[in-house]
Amino acid sequence: MSLLEVRNLTISFGGLRAVDDFNIEIKKGQLYGLIGPNGAGKTTVFNLLTGVYKPNEGIIKLEDKDITGLKTIDINKAGIARTFQNIRLFKELTVLDNVKVGLHNHYHYSTIEGILRLPKYYKVEKEMDERAMELLKVFELDGEAEYLASNLPYGKQRKLEIARALATDPKLLLLDEPAAGMNPNETGELMDTIRFVRDKFDMTILLIEHDMKLVSGICEELTVLNFGRILAQGQTGTVLNDPQVITAYLGE
Amino acid sequence: MKKLRMTKTAKNNFVTYFIVLIAYIVVQMLLKTGHMSSLMEGLLVPLCIYVMLAISLNLTVGILGELSLGHAGFMCVGAFSGAFFSKCMDGAMPNGIRFLVALLIGAAVAGIFGILIGIPVLRLKGDYLAIVTLAFGEIIKNLVNVLYIGKDNNGFHFSMKDSISLHLGEEGQVIVNGAQGITGTPHDAGFTVGILLIFLSLFIILNLINSRDGRAIMSIRDNRIAAESTGINITKYKLMAFSISAAIAGVAGVLYAHNLSTLTALPKNFGYNMSIMILVFVVLGGIGNIRGSIISAVILTLLPELLRGLSDYRMLIYAIVLIAMMLFNWSPKAIEWKDKIKEKYFSKVSFRKEKEVK
Amino acid sequence: MSFISYLINGISLGSVYAIIALGYTMVYGIAKMLNFAHGDVIMVGSFAVFTIVSTLSLPPILGILVAVVVCTILGMAIERVAYKPLRNAASPLAVLITAIGVSYLLQNVALLIFGANTKSFTSVVTISPLKLADGQLMISGETIVTIIAGIVIMICLTLFVNKSKAGQAMLAVSEDKGAAQLMGINVNGTIALTFAIGSALAAIAGVLLCSAYPSLTPYTGAMPGIKAFVAAVFGGIGSIPGAMIGGILLGIIEILGKAYISSQMADAIVFAVLIIVLLVKPTGILGKNIQEKV
Repeated sequence: MSLLEVRNLTISFGGLRAVDDFNIEIKKGQLYGLIGPNGAGKTTVFNLLTGVYKPNEGIIKLEDKDITGLKTIDINKAGIARTFQNIRLFKELTVLDNVKVGLHNHYHYSTIEGILRLPKYYKVEKEMDERAMELLKVFELDGEAEYLASNLPYGKQRKLEIARALATDPKLLLLDEPAAGMNPNETGELMDTIRFVRDKFDMTILLIEHDMKLVSGICEELTVLNFGRILAQGQTGTVLNDPQVITAYLGE
Repeated sequence: MKKLRMTKTAKNNFVTYFIVLIAYIVVQMLLKTGHMSSLMEGLLVPLCIYVMLAISLNLTVGILGELSLGHAGFMCVGAFSGAFFSKCMDGAMPNGIRFLVALLIGAAVAGIFGILIGIPVLRLKGDYLAIVTLAFGEIIKNLVNVLYIGKDNNGFHFSMKDSISLHLGEEGQVIVNGAQGITGTPHDAGFTVGILLIFLSLFIILNLINSRDGRAIMSIRDNRIAAESTGINITKYKLMAFSISAAIAGVAGVLYAHNLSTLTALPKNFGYNMSIMILVFVVLGGIGNIRGSIISAVILTLLPELLRGLSDYRMLIYAIVLIAMMLFNWSPKAIEWKDKIKEKYFSKVSFRKEKEVK
Repeated sequence: MSFISYLINGISLGSVYAIIALGYTMVYGIAKMLNFAHGDVIMVGSFAVFTIVSTLSLPPILGILVAVVVCTILGMAIERVAYKPLRNAASPLAVLITAIGVSYLLQNVALLIFGANTKSFTSVVTISPLKLADGQLMISGETIVTIIAGIVIMICLTLFVNKSKAGQAMLAVSEDKGAAQLMGINVNGTIALTFAIGSALAAIAGVLLCSAYPSLTPYTGAMPGIKAFVAAVFGGIGSIPGAMIGGILLGIIEILGKAYISSQMADAIVFAVLIIVLLVKPTGILGKNIQEKV
């Protein structure tokens, strides 16, 4: 059974078909890449998958459950978490608190218990701290837990965003250009981290990326988008040698 | 076993409580030894009211990150509902309990108004929210000025026209008399009560901020889209912050009403200018800085009173302070300049720099 | 007959709101900020006319010219000193709060110079009232001039924006500041020009408003300013025809509300209209829907 199944996904903005008849099947534990030239509609696909936009047509199924048209928050609760192309952290919160916001829906105490500082508050907060620190350790951010998120260097901000997404305990993780703005060293490190996340958390990952080294290095399967339509789909090696794909990237 | 090491935020909050406590003790000593002028004595309760208004508005502006220009409207709702209750129940129950219930009623009514206004309004973005809250404040003020409520043996009578249209029986009594407002509210307010209410407001706001709900509220402020895709219920937490802020303003209103013999809704006390003044307190004390709000509310209220010659210039000074503070704290150029100064004169290089070198 | 008279008064008041709203909407469209001090620029313009005409006994036309010049310079100065430094501030609230501060500043400076007493403003209009239907319907000279001025300004402004190079630059900047800059448009200059035009219009609105309602205090501009913003939102903020339609509708609603519902509640009715509009159609009558980019 596939974890994510998308059929005939289509959305138009004022007559322009930004995403046209998009299909994809991702199996559990897979590392899947979504590539294509700028403006091909990759981020729009992410926005459709996470409910930021409502599709005009098509079905999105997560573990056979129809999640088409759900609100962003409900899609997150159903098990899809994401990062953003232009990093979106909670800048004025600490690194630790950023992750704790991610844990929000998995640890509960009431507003009253929080304000009156009843024993449950201390107990749950302690559990949250421990869990958040565990996640931060994975990304080697535990040393910076008390820093404001905006004070982290760029590469670490990207990592923190992934940690926060993982904190929501998703089934599927969407990464929007995780290596953007990184140097080759940092990209290499990031590839290891992504692989590690997949193995340690048994995670399924769909990522958008322009860095071909990263894509060919870690993605098992690829879908290539061009002008909102699927240009090629399949095993990474096969897709990257497809003459159509090469043309799309290098021009006529 | 209790943890001995306090966290940074706990220490910070403790300092805030401590400052209020010290202020209370100092004022009590001055009162006891007769070193306080009657003018200053008359300012004590208004000071408590301003402090509560400032910290509660800071919850909306600094923690939730939405600009509300109708804070005086919530205060007005609280003041009139609390005073109405006290007027009706005067003599029917012990004074202390009656005042306590009046405070609760003021908080509840203002909080409910906060929810009612918040549900539609919080969907709007920054500028619109500001203007709609302003509109709300003006509507409330307008409505209260044409509201007539009387009581006789047949129960309550309402009118929006004048007190004669209430058609009260002979023994009837007009409680809310349109533009003349409510007269003869029992004088229950006092400095000690005010300080206790400040402590309560601080306790609620500070503990809320440092909890699961507070994190959710601040995550919306920092990045709404990311908060939503992290599974935070935007509407719920916006409403929570907004209505708690309104409820505390309502309590401040009840305190205000019980400090005066006549309660009327004028542009001066419940109008747009009042909302702006509270905003000035918040901005000067630092947006999001609760302790700062307390200090700036006190300083900005006392300063013009202490320097009597300046009282004509009071509002002018507020305006200049507001503009200067905003430019100094928020202009990207000013921030850059401050960073440079910090780097130059403080040996401890900022974290950002350190990492870049590495 | 009284209904028609109310309606005409409403259109007249609405024309003033429309002229103020044009200033709001242009600034909002281009600088993406709510210029809270716009209403107080009206007040400054009115005091300029008052000083020239009543204090110095000079001809009204000179007063109007001085008011326009003073407000234009004031508008540009406010933009340069208080708003421009905050254009790229981290929080969009920063510039809004600063604008509130500027509004406060103008009011209090006027208060120190002119005092809190209400000044009676001498109308600059000398046209005699128009009598219609055997004297049952009387339209004052101020009403006629206001409506005509409103129409002329709207036509000129529409032509300016659509036909002139500077107007096209405004449209480009309001569409996409970055792209406009890349196309070689002077973005700073265009924003300054927008503030200049908006403030000049505010001066004219001030003269018309005070001619029709001849009492002048430092707070005269605040409420019409806020109502004109309501009008701009009503019509669809950022849209020039929207500001005109919104302004006139709001003027009619206010006058009819005063006449038929309650004079004390007129302001409340206007604000209730705003709240209803924002709930039903947040983009206003002619506004565009802008979605935040993710």
